[in-house]
Amino acid sequence: MKYEIQPTLPPPANTVGAIGWMRKHLFHGPLSSAATVIIAVLAVYLLTPVLQWAFIDADWIGDSREACSSGGACWVFIGNRLEQFLYGFYPSEQTWRLNLAFVLLIALIAWMLIPRLPGKGWAGAITLVIYPIIAYYLLIGDAFGLEYVETHRWGGFSLTLVLAFVGIVAALPFGILLALGRRSAMPIVRSLSVTYIEIWRGVPLITVLFMASVMLPLFFPEDINFDKLLRALIGIIMFQTAYMAEVVRGGLQAIPKGQYEAADALGLSYWKKMILIILPQALKLMIPGIVNTFIALFKDTSLVVIIGLFDLLAIVQAASNDPDWIGFATEGYIFVALMFWIFCFGMSRYSQHLEKLLHTGHGNRA
Amino acid sequence: MMKKTLAAAILATTALSGAAMAEGTLEAVKGRDLLQCGVTNGVPGFSVPDEQGNWQGLDVDVCKAVAAAVLGDAGKVKYIPLTAKERFTALQSGEIDVLSRVTTWTQTRDTQLGLNFTGVTYYDGQGFLVKKDLGLQSVKELDGATVCVQSGTTTELNLADYFRANGLNFTPVVFDTNEQAASSFDSGRCDAFTTDLSQAYGLRTRMSDPDAVVALPEVISKEPLGPVVRQGDDQWFNIVKWSLFAMLNAEELGVTSANVDEMKSSENPNIKRLLGIDGPKGKGLDIADDWAYQIVKQVGNYGEAFERNVGMGSALKIDRGINALWNQGGFQYAPPMR
Amino acid sequence: MSKEKSRAHEAPARKKHDSGTRFWNDPGKRALVFQTLLIGILGFLIYTVVDNTLHNLETRGITTGFDFLHEEAGFGIPLSLIDYTEADSYGRTFIVGLLNTVLVSVLGIIAATVLGFMLGVARLSDNWLVAKLSTLYIEIFRNIPLLLQIFFWYFAVLRALPSPRQSIELFGGFLNIRGFSVPKPVPEDGFGLVVAAFVIAIVASVILVRWNHKRQDATGQIFPAGWVSAGLIVGLPLLTFLVSGMPLSLDRPELRGFNFTGGMTLLPELVALWLALTIYTAAFIAETVRGGILAVPKGQLEASSALGLPKRRTLRLIVIPQAMRVIIPPLTSQYLNLTKNSSLATAIGYPDLVSVFAGTTLNQTGQAIEVISMTMAVYLTLSLLTSLFMNWYNKRMALVER
Repeated sequence: MKYEIQPTLPPPANTVGAIGWMRKHLFHGPLSSAATVIIAVLAVYLLTPVLQWAFIDADWIGDSREACSSGGACWVFIGNRLEQFLYGFYPSEQTWRLNLAFVLLIALIAWMLIPRLPGKGWAGAITLVIYPIIAYYLLIGDAFGLEYVETHRWGGFSLTLVLAFVGIVAALPFGILLALGRRSAMPIVRSLSVTYIEIWRGVPLITVLFMASVMLPLFFPEDINFDKLLRALIGIIMFQTAYMAEVVRGGLQAIPKGQYEAADALGLSYWKKMILIILPQALKLMIPGIVNTFIALFKDTSLVVIIGLFDLLAIVQAASNDPDWIGFATEGYIFVALMFWIFCFGMSRYSQHLEKLLHTGHGNRA
Repeated sequence: MMKKTLAAAILATTALSGAAMAEGTLEAVKGRDLLQCGVTNGVPGFSVPDEQGNWQGLDVDVCKAVAAAVLGDAGKVKYIPLTAKERFTALQSGEIDVLSRVTTWTQTRDTQLGLNFTGVTYYDGQGFLVKKDLGLQSVKELDGATVCVQSGTTTELNLADYFRANGLNFTPVVFDTNEQAASSFDSGRCDAFTTDLSQAYGLRTRMSDPDAVVALPEVISKEPLGPVVRQGDDQWFNIVKWSLFAMLNAEELGVTSANVDEMKSSENPNIKRLLGIDGPKGKGLDIADDWAYQIVKQVGNYGEAFERNVGMGSALKIDRGINALWNQGGFQYAPPMR
Repeated sequence: MSKEKSRAHEAPARKKHDSGTRFWNDPGKRALVFQTLLIGILGFLIYTVVDNTLHNLETRGITTGFDFLHEEAGFGIPLSLIDYTEADSYGRTFIVGLLNTVLVSVLGIIAATVLGFMLGVARLSDNWLVAKLSTLYIEIFRNIPLLLQIFFWYFAVLRALPSPRQSIELFGGFLNIRGFSVPKPVPEDGFGLVVAAFVIAIVASVILVRWNHKRQDATGQIFPAGWVSAGLIVGLPLLTFLVSGMPLSLDRPELRGFNFTGGMTLLPELVALWLALTIYTAAFIAETVRGGILAVPKGQLEASSALGLPKRRTLRLIVIPQAMRVIIPPLTSQYLNLTKNSSLATAIGYPDLVSVFAGTTLNQTGQAIEVISMTMAVYLTLSLLTSLFMNWYNKRMALVER
C-alpha cells in the first residue's frame, strides 16, 4: 500500500469568513437567531428617524432661530451659544485665561499619563500643589495685572471643571488622613474617622449642598462670609473626602503586611513609614479608584444647578428657556450629554487600562 | 478672642471670602467701597442680566440708588443672584447688604426671620395665567384644574388658601424656579400658572405663543414687594428706606435725571431739601449731603425707573395702576423730606 | 533634635514598658496624649460652631426648635400615600415626603434589578449583537449625569405627550402630558376570600417546597415543586375570584372638566424619575451581575457537568448561589445609591422628602438647621440599616463558605 498525504481540505465554507463568523456569533440556535433578527429590525426602525433628525434634516449654519426651519435638529442653537456654554458669563476678552488654565492642566495630565516622560513624581506634585495656585490667580485675577473676575460670573463647562478638579485635589489629603485614621490603632481616632466617613457617605450630595448653602453661614461668626461658589466647594470637599478616604483605605489594604513589618523592623516612625514606604506604593494602586471617584464627582457637579450655580447643565437649560431659542431643549441636553460622556467614558477607559496594568504587576506581590 | 483667631485662620486659608460686617453695615459698605445686593436669578423687569451680564430692572435700580446714596456711584454694586430658598439666609449671614429680590412683605418674614422690610417698591398681587382657548372668565371656574407654581413662595400658600376658601379642588405642580413653572404651563403640564402678576407678564413674553395666554381678572392676594435689610442695624435700615423715599419724592416734585442739575437752582423749598441744598441733608443718615441728588442724577426718580424697567418703555408694558403716586390715584406715598 | 531622632530609631527595638523610655517615646502614652489633644480640638471646634450658631440665631432673631412641626402647612402636595390636606401640619409633610421617597425608591429598585440582571446576563451572551448592545447601553447610560437624564425624560420626552383631550389610549388607560390614568381596582364584598386564598396558596407552597427538600434528601426523588407552587399561587386565588362572582369593580378614569378624574394617575414627574433612576442604576447593576457571574470559577461548571447535572440545574444550583454571594454586597450599595439619588426629585418637582420637606417646608418656616438635620437623619438611618444588613449578610455567607 502506498500512502500519500492528501493536502488539507479547506474548512467548510460555512465556518470561516463572514458567514462563519455570523453563524457562530449571530445565528447559533433558534433563540439567538430570533434575537439577532429582532434587534436588527428594531435598530433600523428606531435609528433611521433619529439619524434623519440629528444629521440629515439638521440645520448647522446660521445665527438665529430662523435658520432652523427644516424640522430636524437645530445645532445652530449650540453653535450660537457655545461661548456661553463653555465660559459662562466670564468676560469674553478674558476667556484666554480659562483656556490657558485648561491647556496647562491637560499638559500636566499628559505628562503624568504618557509612560515615556520622566519625573512622574514632579508632575504629580505640580498638579496637586503648584497648579492650583496658578489656576487660582489665572481664574480670579486681581493680581499680576489681571483683571478681577468675580466668581458669580463663572459658569458653564469651565465651572464644571473647576468644581470637579478642586473637589478631588482638596479631598485627597483629607482623605488620606481619614483613611490612616480609620486604620489607626488609636480607638478614638479610629471611631471618629469611621463616624465621619459613614455620615457623609450616608447622605445624598444634594442635602450636603443645601446644608452648605443655607446652614453653613450660620456656623461662622458674623464677620465671616463665604462666596456662594466657595460654600458649594466646601460642601463638595467634605462629601468627597469621605469617598476618597474609602479609596485610600482600599489602597492601603492592598499593601502586603510584610511592607509594614519591614518598615517597623527598620525602626521607622509612623509618619516615615507611611510617607516613605506605604503611601507611595498605595497611591499607585489607588489611581484607578481615584479616577473612578473623579468620574462620579464629575457627574455629580451637575447638582449645583439646584443651589443656583450655573454649571454646564444649568446654563444650557437656562439658554433653552430663552424666548429666542425656545423649543430646542433636546439639542441642548444632547450637547451636555455628549460633553459629559466624552470625559467620563475617556476617564473610565483609562482607569480600566490602569487596572489591567496594575493587575499584571500584582501577581508577584501578595 | 479664640473665635477671632479661628476666623482669621479660616480667612487666611480661603482667600475667596467676602468682607467683614461686624462694625455695622454702613461702615462695611464704605470700607469695601462696594454694595452687595441680593437679586433674582432672572425675573424680567425686576432683576435680569443682559447679554453682557449687566443687571437691569426695578429691583436693581433700588440697589443702584442705595449705592449712589452711600458711595456716590451707582455702579459700585455687586449683584448676587439668589434662589428663593437662599435669599433670607444670605441676608441673615451678611453675604449681602440689601435683599432686593421681589420679596413679599409678610408678618412672619418681618418678625421671625430677623429681617426688616424698608418699604414697597412695587404693589403686586397674585394672579393666574390660562390659555385663551379654554375660554375661562374667572378663577372660580378652575375647579379640578392642575396649577403650576413655584415652591417656597407666598404664592404657593395663597393658592392653597384661595382654593380652599372657595371650595375648589386643584392639583399643584411645584417647581424650584418660576421659569420651570412657566415653561411647564406653556407646554401643557398645567391648566393654569400662578405667580405675582408682575412676574407673570414678564414670563409670558418668554412663552412660545404669548398672545394665546391671558390673565384671569382676579387678584387673589396682596403682594407688597420691597427691599429687605437685617434687623438690628437702624442706621442702615434708614438709609435703604430713605433711598426709596427720595426716588418717590423726586418724582412727586418733577425732578428727573435729565433736569436735576437745573433743579438745583430751583426756588422750591421742597426741591432744595431733596437735593441737599437745605434741610436735613445727609446728617442723620451719616452719608454725603447730596445723596438724594446722586440717586436722581445716576438712577432717576421712581417714575423713570418704573417706566424703563416694567412700564410702557419696557417689554412688559405694565400700567402704573396702583403703583402711581398718591396724588395720581395710586398707593405710592413717601414721607416728606424735611 | 538629632538626639531625639536617634532615640526614635531605638525606641521600637526596646520593650514597650521599659522603665528607661521617655514618655514621648512610649507609643501607648503618646497615643493617649494625641487622642486627648484631638478630642480637645474637636470639642473646641464643635463648641465654637454651636456657640456661633446660637449667637447668630439669637442676634438675627430667627425662631428655633421643633414647634413648627405642629403648625399648619397650608400648601398642597400633588401625590400622597396617606391622607393629606393643606390643613395638615408640617410634621405630616415630612411623613408624606418620606413615603413618596420610599415609593419611588422601591419602584426603582424593582425595575432596576430586573433590567440590570437582564443586561448583565445579556452582556455575557454568545450572540455578538446582544452582547454589544448591552455593552453599548451600559457605557452610554452610566457615563451621563443622572440629573441630565432626569431632565431629558421629563422636559424633552414626557413633554412631547399630548394634552388630556388628545390622550393616547393604552391598555385601557389614558396617556397624556398630565400622566398616565389607569382604572383603579376597587375591591367589593367578598374580595377578602380571594386574599385569603392567596395567603393559603403561599403557605401551602412553602410547605410543599420544604417537603420536597426533605424527600429529595432522603430518597433522591425530585418533585416539580416550583411549577406546582406557581400554579397554586396563581390558580387558587383566580379560582376563588371566579367562583365568588368576581368581587372587584374598576373605577375608570374619565375626562371631566380639565383633567381625568377617578382611577389612578401615574404622575409624569414620578414616571420621569422612575425611568431615569431605573435606566441609570440598571447600568451599574449589570456590571455587578456580570462581575458576579464571571467570579464563579470555571471548575465549578465543569464539576457540575461531570456530575451530570442538566444546564438549567447547573445554573440554579451552582452558578446563581455562588454568583449571588459576590453580587449582593455591591447590589445593596446600588440600592442605597438609588435611594439617595431619588432626592434629585426636587429638580422636576416630584414631591419626595427633599422636595417637600427640605424644599417647601424649609422655605415656609425658614428653619434650615432643623429641617436639613431631619432630612439628613432619614438618609443616614437608611444607610446605616443597609450597612447592618450587609454585615449580617457577609457574616452569614462567611459561615457557609467554611
